[in-house]
Amino acid sequence: MNGKAQPSIASPARSDPPIVIEGLCNSFGGNVIHDNLSLTVDRGEILGVVGGSGTGKSVLMRSIIGLQIPDEGSIEVLGRSITDAEEDEDIDIRSRWGVLFQGGALFSTLTVAENVEVPLLEFYPEIASELRHEIARFKVMLSGLPEDASSKFPAELSGGMRKRAGLARALALDPELLFLDEPTAGLDPIGAAAFDRLIKELQDTLGLTVFLITHDLDTLYEICDRVAVLAEKRVIAVGTIPELLALDHPWIQEYFNGPRGRAARSAQAGASQKRTGKMDNPAGRGA
Amino acid sequence: MREWADCTNMVEEGEAATIALTGSLTVACIGPLDRKLRALDGQVKRVDLSGVSEIDTVGAWTAWRTARDHGAEIVGASEKAERLIAAIRKSKGTADIRPPRPAFLLRIPAAIGALVLGWGQGSVGITGFLGAMLISGWHTIRHPARLRFKALVRQVELVGVSALGIVGLMSFLVGIVIAQQGAVQLRQFGAEIYTINLTGRLAMRELGVLMTAIMVAGRSGSAFAAQIGTMKLTEEVDAMRTIGVSPVEALIIPRVLAAVLMMPLLGFYAAVAAIVGGAFLANFALDIPFFTFLSRIQEVVPIHDVWVGLIKAPFFGLIIALAGCYQGMQVQANAEEVGLRTTMAVVQAIFMVIVLDAFFAVFFTNVGWG
Repeated sequence: MNGKAQPSIASPARSDPPIVIEGLCNSFGGNVIHDNLSLTVDRGEILGVVGGSGTGKSVLMRSIIGLQIPDEGSIEVLGRSITDAEEDEDIDIRSRWGVLFQGGALFSTLTVAENVEVPLLEFYPEIASELRHEIARFKVMLSGLPEDASSKFPAELSGGMRKRAGLARALALDPELLFLDEPTAGLDPIGAAAFDRLIKELQDTLGLTVFLITHDLDTLYEICDRVAVLAEKRVIAVGTIPELLALDHPWIQEYFNGPRGRAARSAQAGASQKRTGKMDNPAGRGA
Repeated sequence: MREWADCTNMVEEGEAATIALTGSLTVACIGPLDRKLRALDGQVKRVDLSGVSEIDTVGAWTAWRTARDHGAEIVGASEKAERLIAAIRKSKGTADIRPPRPAFLLRIPAAIGALVLGWGQGSVGITGFLGAMLISGWHTIRHPARLRFKALVRQVELVGVSALGIVGLMSFLVGIVIAQQGAVQLRQFGAEIYTINLTGRLAMRELGVLMTAIMVAGRSGSAFAAQIGTMKLTEEVDAMRTIGVSPVEALIIPRVLAAVLMMPLLGFYAAVAAIVGGAFLANFALDIPFFTFLSRIQEVVPIHDVWVGLIKAPFFGLIIALAGCYQGMQVQANAEEVGLRTTMAVVQAIFMVIVLDAFFAVFFTNVGWG
């Protein structure tokens, strides 16, 4: 825990991008996944990352959080280089991000609350156990689980609850950066919509920067500020959805203008109309 | 170092006080302040956040809890602090962290009861498992094409062939130890030559197969439990069922069959290795030439000793494989259980093997193969 980092957290005016990736190359045994990939994530935004299966979305996330050592390129997270970080610095950065893995990746022998307490205990052992328990409880509540879920073991939870519990653990240290790997995959539409809202709310309340891998078009339309498209081994485009739609790339066009893309867009249009109160639909349709 | 959050207690006239929190109210810096606030007593009228440089949910919680516990109001909160407090104030902060534990005095009888029940259910379970396996075995006999031949060969390789090195080495060394220790004792009676009888008969009847059983339980029984247990966790076993593949047929029959087939071979091989070990020692330490030792073995070890070893071996193999596969199939819930079940498989297998060995010893003596 390097004290240097603390004053910089205290200055909210800082606008340097929390994630800067330049010239990233990854390959597995001759199979090139990323070739000269560059991407910048801005502070306070929700960046959605999309791409076909096997385009290396998860590998990109693993590279950013230091689980995958890239062949080449530089990755800077919160002003620190991940690719050639010293061991001490590593620890400091890790206390400033939270990661939600696809299946939740909860520790199966610990209860939900104990899972949330793991990072607290690891980084801030000076916190009294009462406060640690209280923190665990309100993080569980913040992630949208009923508080009595705190004492349950991961095996007793449904898939959706496990994701929320994983989110509670990711939020344990009040991170600045949140990595989400397909948070709504495998959830029912109602659960997925609720999870989207939850992420948006948390981002508003806590001022998070969110790096979000998803296949869920509704999520993209609903909560993402910008979307990065992974194809051809690099990020081919970053921008808001209207900006992407204006691009003439076959994959992007197919992705957003396919039947699912159109459905998501019209749902979004309907929702925003409802929000603004401009109901010019024929009577009864919006009900 | 970190800039710890702090507070000053400003006592105004009378009892009521204002607690002014200062510094960075974040998870990284709040530890000492939290203890200080908990120890606080006396009336508090206000919690002042105007001196706070930075706040996160943990800081908001601490401030709000202090205010709640003392019936105080929060003043001077920034817009962010208010937003955070609004978000966390719904938490009652009373939920259990772990499932409630019964009282100590209740836990002991409960544990004993669970042990007894577990033992009973385990016996029923493993008998049922044996039954399911026999039914499936009968199906396989009636439809031999359904035998997973490739899986069987693979298991034979894992259980048998790849164990040759370690089983051989272990038995060879045990043979040396028996011969050497036996010779020391028998020398006192001038009966050193009986070392050959001792080594030969012990190796063929008991040691070869028993040591092999222990080694196979440790190598393969544990592997069966861990493999099948992990497959249970990842729902591979369920997937098999839905496709119409019987897990007993696909997973258990090949393993059990491989263990039953390989145990006699490995046991006999181990006995031979032990005898060679004994002969090796006799050659150097007892002045009995290597080949004289071996030819004497032929004369002093009755052939029924070989049969005793060979008859016991498949039963031991069956027990080991059964315990391993049964425990693997019992895995549920979490990764810890895979470890527990694996341990249990090995312990059960070795224990059962030794119990059965005692029965066999009595049985074979009574039928005149003493």
